[in-house]
Amino acid sequence: MRATGVVKRFGEREALRGVSFSASPGELVAIIGPNGAGKTTLLSILAGIARADEGEVDSPDGEVGWVPQQAALYRRLTVEENLLLFARLEGREDPRGSVEEMLELTGLRERRGEIVARLSGGNQQRINIAIGLLSRPAVLLLDEPSVGLDPRQRARLWEFVSGLAGGGTTVIFSTHDIQEAERYGGRVLVLADGESLFDGSAEELREAVRSEAPEAADRDFETAFVAYLHHRGH
Amino acid sequence: MRGVRWLLLKDLQILRRSPLQAALLVAYPILIAVLVGFAISRGPEDPRVAFLNEVPADTRINVGGQELPKANVKERICRRVECVFVDDRAEAREKVESGDVLAALILPADLVNKINSLSTLAPGVPEVEVLVNEENAVKAELVDDRITSLLAQANLAIARRIGSEGGRYLGLIVNGGEFNVLGESVQILGLRASARILEAVTPALPKSLRPALEEVASFAAQARDNLDVAKPLLDRLAQPIAVDKVVVGGESPPLEIFAIAVAATLTLAFVVVLLVAGSLALEREENAFSRLTRGLVSSGGLLGEKVLLGIAVGLVVTLLMLLGMAVFVPLEWSRFELWLLAILASAAALGTAGAALGAAAREVRAVSLLAFMVTLPIAFLSLVPSGAVSPALFDAIRYLTALFPFKPALEAITAALDEAGPGIGGPLAHLAALCAAYAAIARLALRRFVTV
Repeated sequence: MRATGVVKRFGEREALRGVSFSASPGELVAIIGPNGAGKTTLLSILAGIARADEGEVDSPDGEVGWVPQQAALYRRLTVEENLLLFARLEGREDPRGSVEEMLELTGLRERRGEIVARLSGGNQQRINIAIGLLSRPAVLLLDEPSVGLDPRQRARLWEFVSGLAGGGTTVIFSTHDIQEAERYGGRVLVLADGESLFDGSAEELREAVRSEAPEAADRDFETAFVAYLHHRGH
Repeated sequence: MRGVRWLLLKDLQILRRSPLQAALLVAYPILIAVLVGFAISRGPEDPRVAFLNEVPADTRINVGGQELPKANVKERICRRVECVFVDDRAEAREKVESGDVLAALILPADLVNKINSLSTLAPGVPEVEVLVNEENAVKAELVDDRITSLLAQANLAIARRIGSEGGRYLGLIVNGGEFNVLGESVQILGLRASARILEAVTPALPKSLRPALEEVASFAAQARDNLDVAKPLLDRLAQPIAVDKVVVGGESPPLEIFAIAVAATLTLAFVVVLLVAGSLALEREENAFSRLTRGLVSSGGLLGEKVLLGIAVGLVVTLLMLLGMAVFVPLEWSRFELWLLAILASAAALGTAGAALGAAAREVRAVSLLAFMVTLPIAFLSLVPSGAVSPALFDAIRYLTALFPFKPALEAITAALDEAGPGIGGPLAHLAALCAAYAAIARLALRRFVTV
């Protein structure tokens, strides 16, 4: 997946200012930045939900899976009914087979008959992601997938997502948690006020932070990152 | 269409999964509809009025020393209200104060004597007593109207009886007959017989006396003729103005048919508008909207699915309601196809209006409130008849209600139920136009949520 010079305006405000980046198959890309940086806007454009005012987005052959920040599920339906509905809407040839596959993948086979509203936030998010995977997408876009999850649920989530990337799915996720991005993102794209400040590996980001904000180099990474953003005028 | 089918199934599953919500959605409008239907079809119940008659049983109104037969005032009053007979004033007061009766009507013991004094040189003022408990303005107004009406009825009954007796005496004067004075029967000759006698004796009189006698005979004839006219005049005096009602327009259906149509349309409107608006808003509240419109189903398909859901549920609920009503009121089953046509067209127009409301707001609660705030006043405004408000206000109401599908839906359902009523074509065309307009509005309103 490749984005080139993407610009998005909301009235007078520029939410994205010529952002470019690319992601290879099986890569886990983290988009980080403070609130209002343009993370969700960029993901929405990559997902085809929003249109870019300028620039181009090239998607690979096959579907782009989209997992919104808040679980897009019918809370009064069961786990299985949700998966079956979206499998049918996706036009899967064997919707019930796809449901079984996703139940296996999410580890929720035993809870297939439970109403979604009764599941924990972590399990709801797993179904949310599973629905995004029903179309067997080449690229999976996750908008702040770990928001509201406890540490144990987060760990399970990232284990699940890492497994997908290991299977060849390109995973692009947004987060404002710098440590999460560093730990799980093979590549990190830093956005601030709609501007792309950094695109590279987590190690390269750590190095960039140390060199541009030396006064905070011996502090924790999050504090150093904030100092880095400050040095870059954000 | 593939997606629409699965979404429809999903919405029905959600509805089945929320029995309380589904029951409320159906029960509440039916309750309102039945209450409105009853309120419209039934006149007000007879008010309960305590009645105390202190007039001695053998007292009669008399005219010129002659007692009139009973005017049956009590029976006449008790035909118009539910009379609660009480034994004394204390009981009457207690029943009024407790709210058991709307008012108490007391005929004092001297009432007839005072009526009788009206034809004497020292007339009194006949009065009845009314005890009321005006605990609120509406009740006070109701009591005033009822008591005024009752007294008018009583006065009318007495006036008719006096008029009738006066007419009888006039008849005696004109035609002659027997008249009872102090138990003695007196034979009255009458003007008619007097004139005949005078005419018979005139030829036998000397010519010089004849003109004077002829003059008397002529007077008797004229008096007879004029008094003949006076009798109907006396009769009319009790009720000088009669009503001649001529229907010049607006073929109204029988009241029970209209009430059923109102109840059915109210039910249909609430079920369809709330369901369509709510289920559309639910797609956004569940965050599924962006996922669905990312190629799984078009926004037009989504709107169509919601309208179909409203039509399906609205049709079932309204038909069930009509079936229930048919137990109490005979309905024209031969027009069943027209019922279906009217309900389907109404549900489609109400559904698109609901979709427009649902597309305009983000949350189910806000949408439900909006749907209620729009549907309820429009429904009641649609029932305001011409002449009940000023012409300018009625015109404003007419234009406003024409913009919402309730009134044409009511007209279509009334036309479908009433064989003798106006045609269904006009309301169906109106509904079709509104359907197209609201579908366009809904699509426009939804567009802002589809792609940013």
